Parts: sequence; C-alpha cells; structure tokens
Amino acid sequence: MNVMNGGMQREPATGPLVAFEQVYKIYGHGESEVRALDGIDLQINAGEFVAVMGPSGSGKSTSMNILGCLDKPTAGRYLFKGTDVTSLNSEQLAMLRRHYLGFVFQGFNLLARTTALENLEIPLIYQRIEKAKRRAMAREALRVVGLEARENHTPAELSGGQQQRVAIARAIVTNPSLLLADEPTGNLDSARSHEIMQLLTTLNRERGLTVVLVTHEDDIAAYAQRRIDFRDGKIVRETRASRAGAA
Amino acid sequence: MFANTLIMAVREIRRNVLRSGLTVLGIIIGVAAVIIIVTLGAGTTQQVGSEISKMGSNMLTLMPGGDMRMGGAAMQAPLFGMGDVEALQRELVGVAAIAPYTQRSAQVVIGNENRRATVVGTTSDISVVRNWKVTEGRLFTLSEERAGKTVCIIGATIRKEMLEGQEPLGATVRVGKISCEIIGVLEAKGQVMFGGDQDLLVVLPLRTYQRRLGGSDKTAQIFMSGDTQDSLADLKAQVIQIMRQRRRIAEDERSDFNVMDMTEVSNVMQSTIGVMTTFLSAIAAVSLLVGGIGIMNIMLVSVTERTREIGIRLAIGATGREVMLQFLVEAALLSAFGGLVGITLGLGGAAGIAPAINVPFVFKPLTLVQAFAFSAAVGVVFGFMPARRAARLNPIEALRHE
Repeated sequence: MNVMNGGMQREPATGPLVAFEQVYKIYGHGESEVRALDGIDLQINAGEFVAVMGPSGSGKSTSMNILGCLDKPTAGRYLFKGTDVTSLNSEQLAMLRRHYLGFVFQGFNLLARTTALENLEIPLIYQRIEKAKRRAMAREALRVVGLEARENHTPAELSGGQQQRVAIARAIVTNPSLLLADEPTGNLDSARSHEIMQLLTTLNRERGLTVVLVTHEDDIAAYAQRRIDFRDGKIVRETRASRAGAA
Repeated sequence: MFANTLIMAVREIRRNVLRSGLTVLGIIIGVAAVIIIVTLGAGTTQQVGSEISKMGSNMLTLMPGGDMRMGGAAMQAPLFGMGDVEALQRELVGVAAIAPYTQRSAQVVIGNENRRATVVGTTSDISVVRNWKVTEGRLFTLSEERAGKTVCIIGATIRKEMLEGQEPLGATVRVGKISCEIIGVLEAKGQVMFGGDQDLLVVLPLRTYQRRLGGSDKTAQIFMSGDTQDSLADLKAQVIQIMRQRRRIAEDERSDFNVMDMTEVSNVMQSTIGVMTTFLSAIAAVSLLVGGIGIMNIMLVSVTERTREIGIRLAIGATGREVMLQFLVEAALLSAFGGLVGITLGLGGAAGIAPAINVPFVFKPLTLVQAFAFSAAVGVVFGFMPARRAARLNPIEALRHE
C-alpha cells in the first residue's frame, strides 16, 4: 500500500470497501447548472455484487467514473478502503486504478492487433511485474475465463463474447479489490450476455470479488445481490435480492 | 519504468508497421542526404589534398601581383624577366630547383587532328619542382633550352587522343605557327577538380616559347622547390627579400609580386570545399527538419487515432507521465531507426556516387554518430508535443472516443 504515500490505511476488518459521503458532481454554473450527482450517500462492502440502474442522465455513469477514480466529485467525500480519495492527485489515482480496480466496458476496449495474452499483460507491465510471472498470471486469468486456447488470438479473431471474456480477464489479472463493469453485456446477444453474467457471478462467489455493474436490463441486474436505482442524480431505490447472503 | 515503456513502445510500433514506416520516411531521406553530402564533401577535400601534393608539396610559386585576393591588380603587375630567374638561382640558399613557367592556350595540330590545348614554356627543372615525369622519350637538354630548339613534350591526353596507335617520338606537332618535334610524353596527371584536363598540354622549352609564341622574354610564374619541406618558410622569406631588392620596393610599400606555397593553396581550396559542404549540409538538414515535422504530424494524428487506446491505458492504471513517456519513446525509437536506415542508405549512396564523380569514398565514423544522435533528438523534440497531448487526455472522454 506504500503506493498511496502512506495515506492509505490498512484495510479495516469492518467497514465498507467504498463509501460516498454526500457526493455531488455539478457541471456548469447558475442557470445552466446540472447536478449529475446530487448528494449521494452510498456504501459498498467487500464481496458484494451490486447492480446500478437508471435511465441515461440519471448519474449512474458519473458515479461509476468516480468509483473508478477516473473522475473526482465536485463536493463530498469518496472513501476507498477508508481513505479519502478526493484529495489524491491524478498520479495517485492512477496508482489506485492500477492496484485495486478493474474495468470492464460495454465496447470491450481491447487493444486492436494485440493478442489476448498481450492485452492481459498490459496492466501487469504497468505493475512492473517481470516477464515470466506476467505471462503466468495472464495465462491463469485466461484460464479462469475459459479462453486459455485463444491466447494468441487478436480481438478481430475473437467473437464478441470472447472479447468480453478477455476484457474481464484483463480486469481481474491484477487481483483487484473492485471490478467495475459498465454495461458489459450491452453489445452482446442474450445467450452471450448470460454467459458473461455467469462468469461475473462465479468470480464474485468463488473469489469474493466485489463487482459493481451498470445495466439497463432487469434480467442482467437480477444476477446481483443488491440493486441501486438512480434518477436525476439521486438514489431513488435500493433493493436486496432474497438470495443475497450476508451482504 | 523505462524498460516497461520500451516494451509498450516497441509493441505499438510493430502493431502498425505501415504507419511507422511512413513516419520514418522523412527522417530516412534527411539522414541519407546529410550522410551522402558530408561523405562526398570529405572525399572531395581529401582528393584536393592529394592532388595538391601531387603538384609538389614543398613548392613555392612566385607570381605577379600583390595580395592574391586583390584580383585586378595582378594584371598590371610586372612579369618576371630572365634576370630574376638568374638572380634567384644565384642567391637562394636551400633551393632544389627553379623553373620559370608561362603558359597560354593555343591550337595544336597533329596530322588531321586539331585541338585547343595549353601550351607551356618552361625548363626541364619543372620535372623536379612539379613532379612531372616522362613515360616515353626524355626531357629537354640544356642545349635545347639555350638554343630555343623546336622540340616539345606532350601531355598524356594528346598522346592518347591525337596520336592514337602512332609512334609519338619524332612526330611533328604544329603549335600555333610553329612546328616542333616530339621528344617526350608526360605521365598522366588525371582530371583536375574543377574541369579542365591537366594532360591536354604541349610543353616547349621556355626560350622557344618566348621567341616563337609568347613574343616577349618575360615569364608569368617561377616555381621553386626547397631542399626540404621545413626550409620552405625560410626560402619564401629569401625570395621575397631578393625580389623586393631587385624591384627596389621601399620598406613601407606593398610587394607587387606574390609568393605562394602549396599549403596556402591547399588551405584555400579546402576551406572553399568546406564552405560548400556546410552549405549543402544545411540544405540537407532542412530536409531532416521536414522529416522531424513529419514525425510530429503523424504522432499528433496518431494521438487522435489512438485516443481510445490511451483511455484504456489510463483506466488500466497508466499515469499521464507513462503515457507521455511511451509516445516519446515511440517517436525517438522511430526516428533513431530512421536514422540507422538513413545512414545505411546514405553510405551506400555515397559509395555508389563517389566513383561516378571521381572522388574517393571517405568513411567518417563521427558523422554517423552525429547523424544518429541528431535523428533520435529530432524524434524526442518533435515527439514531445504529441506525447504531452496524449498524457493530458481525460480518461473518461478518451474512453468514449470513437
């Protein structure tokens, strides 16, 4: 944790993994002021599987960006493992993303003309992990998503579902504390979507990976233990699935 | 951190070979041009040096006129008489040979062949002073020189082109209005640098030339060679002193003659070639600059084209500095690679052109190092702006970029 310049405390035994305390994100001034997030309070514990829902413009993407340390709130505090992230500079935020966060996007966002294995190596290269270990970790992550046979395929040689699996493998190859998935099934047909959701569920159940998922679709959100609905920058409803355990 | 950046950069370059190739094209051309020009320039300089040493390295030339660079003054300054030659022969200490020399252009006819050639009047001492050697026949005898006999020695070009397949010795040459018998053929000296054939000449005994062709008993130049190279400066001082005395030039007056040694000539020639090489190199450097701007262009376009890639890298945990470094390293690698290819092409080109223009191929390692360093620097300088732009991208917007 020394990457945080000592600012990061040890992971508390209790307490949420991430927490929003009265988080505001405001664009523009005066008349044209837009409150993308309007005083959000939110806590997500380690091991949870959370679905974030809401129409476009409701603030769900903005909150995902802040959760992912890609954006900073205008006001309020964002605590990551108990540390206030709002005061960190962009370099420190990059370190947080590098070591604790994994991203899965709707558009897969793999590097073109780069093999699956090489795509997985990129985050490990940034972590300065040496080649042999890097290769082994990348292969292991590909095995987890069931694509060990495709390591030398480039994205163009993979189906959409396979590309998204590679993207998930890339997100988990660093063993992140939090996986952020922004409409991961948005570009996939329903059979492929459910495969991806099963994969995320497995990762959540078996590895204890905390997953926050943005989606439009109810049947996709149904995989999560907890569902948060956004509207006009506010959380309007929170529901917990009955099958959710001790979240 | 640098090793990792290097991996990323190399992968990105390999990922898009065509783009990379086009990026480096400008650098390749620029570096190749610089190498060719500098190499040929060095070759030319060396050739001038060796040609001048062929002319006789410890030679002094006494010629009319004051300062060489005064131009017009030389025309009015008095030529030298035979009395001057005799005085120098009598008074100079440490002189190996003295050869009066005068020349003009004249029509030379042998049989049906007719050419305009240089006609020289001199004495056989010229063979000592200027390293002239006869390959066939002989030099003038003292009696031929004194009597002003109509004999001559011809240059290799005349031998080859006007007397093809004939026995030269004993043949008759008409030079202007006189006919003379060929008694010797000079060794070929080769093309001179700035046009003109050094071997297209007919040499007459000085007296013959003065009486039958020149119409005066003056001589335009006097060549002298010292016993040793070291004594040349001393010899030069003696010549100046003797000539000033003979011409009664007052202490505060400028000499109306000029004594030049070959090192001076060589210096003038080499500095001229140096200036030309610098000038041409500057033009070539402009093309290198254009190549650098080409790199900047393509890197800038590439930043836009690769916006999403940059977004992905930032999301995955790259810092802005790492992205910037990656783009910088890519630019530097590309231009350094372009520099290497350019150096290879340039050396190849120079090796090909040098024999075609009769210049030796001179390999200068320092130039290569400089060209390589410069091309890599071009990459860093021109890669900086695109790299900074890439590093400043907002990851959210970059990820959204289509």
